[in-house]
Amino acid sequence: MDSIFYLTAAVSVFATLMVITRHNPVHALLYLIVSLLSLSVIFYLLGAPFAALLEIIIYAGAIMVLFIFVIMLLNLGKETAKQEKEWLKPRIWVGPAFLSLILFAELFYLIYTSAPETNSAIQTVDSKMVAVSLFKPYILAVELAAMLLMAGVVGAAHIGQHKKSNLHRFLKERDNL
Amino acid sequence: MNTSVPPETIMLLAALLFVLGITGVIIRKNIIFMLLSVEIMLNASGLAFIAAGAKWTQPDGQVMFIFILAMAAAEVSIGLALILQIYHQHKSMDIDRLKEMNG
Repeated sequence: MDSIFYLTAAVSVFATLMVITRHNPVHALLYLIVSLLSLSVIFYLLGAPFAALLEIIIYAGAIMVLFIFVIMLLNLGKETAKQEKEWLKPRIWVGPAFLSLILFAELFYLIYTSAPETNSAIQTVDSKMVAVSLFKPYILAVELAAMLLMAGVVGAAHIGQHKKSNLHRFLKERDNL
Repeated sequence: MNTSVPPETIMLLAALLFVLGITGVIIRKNIIFMLLSVEIMLNASGLAFIAAGAKWTQPDGQVMFIFILAMAAAEVSIGLALILQIYHQHKSMDIDRLKEMNG
């Protein structure tokens, strides 16, 4: 089981690395979906099958579809990829990235040399426990999340609408500035 | 189904993913990629919550993950609406074009 975890973790890190270095938005989105799926496998291995299902259904199913809709609406294609390639030159980020990598390796070393030997097997937390906890002590937070989602819907509808400017015909040239 | 991976390793994985998300926000200039990187960071924090909940065998970690999920959905809808609006006004996804906001 441990080897499955390490393999999945490697897949998720590699996919995330590909997300932040791709030039084409759709390719980045595909890699992000792979990363979400591998995280879902990790949730399952950690004994959280309900969270794993939610990760696939809501994240990979709903939120990523929103991203794909916007990318299709904006019609981002070859020009965007070329522009990104110009913006992301290696010699700009190689130096700081290397230094940060050294710091991160030090973090790994420090945590692994001083980790206490308390390895207990992980138990499954099933959806019934989550639901009881969600709707008894956390009921107020659920209501607040519902209000947040409502505000999100109203805000998106308000921001997304196109305002038609009714200008005099002599003033219309100023729109193009 | 159950692993005996130490919790520190899972937290390190979450930290690694979070750092990758921050890197994405810093190195990209396209707003869509920055929003994707924010999603990566939210996912990494969700992984940390789930790992903590699994260590103590408590459902609170998954409850927090559900709240993170709801917040991410609201954040993505608002963010994508803002991106559409910015693209209509500036005809560009370049974050440097928004300098006039003087933020």
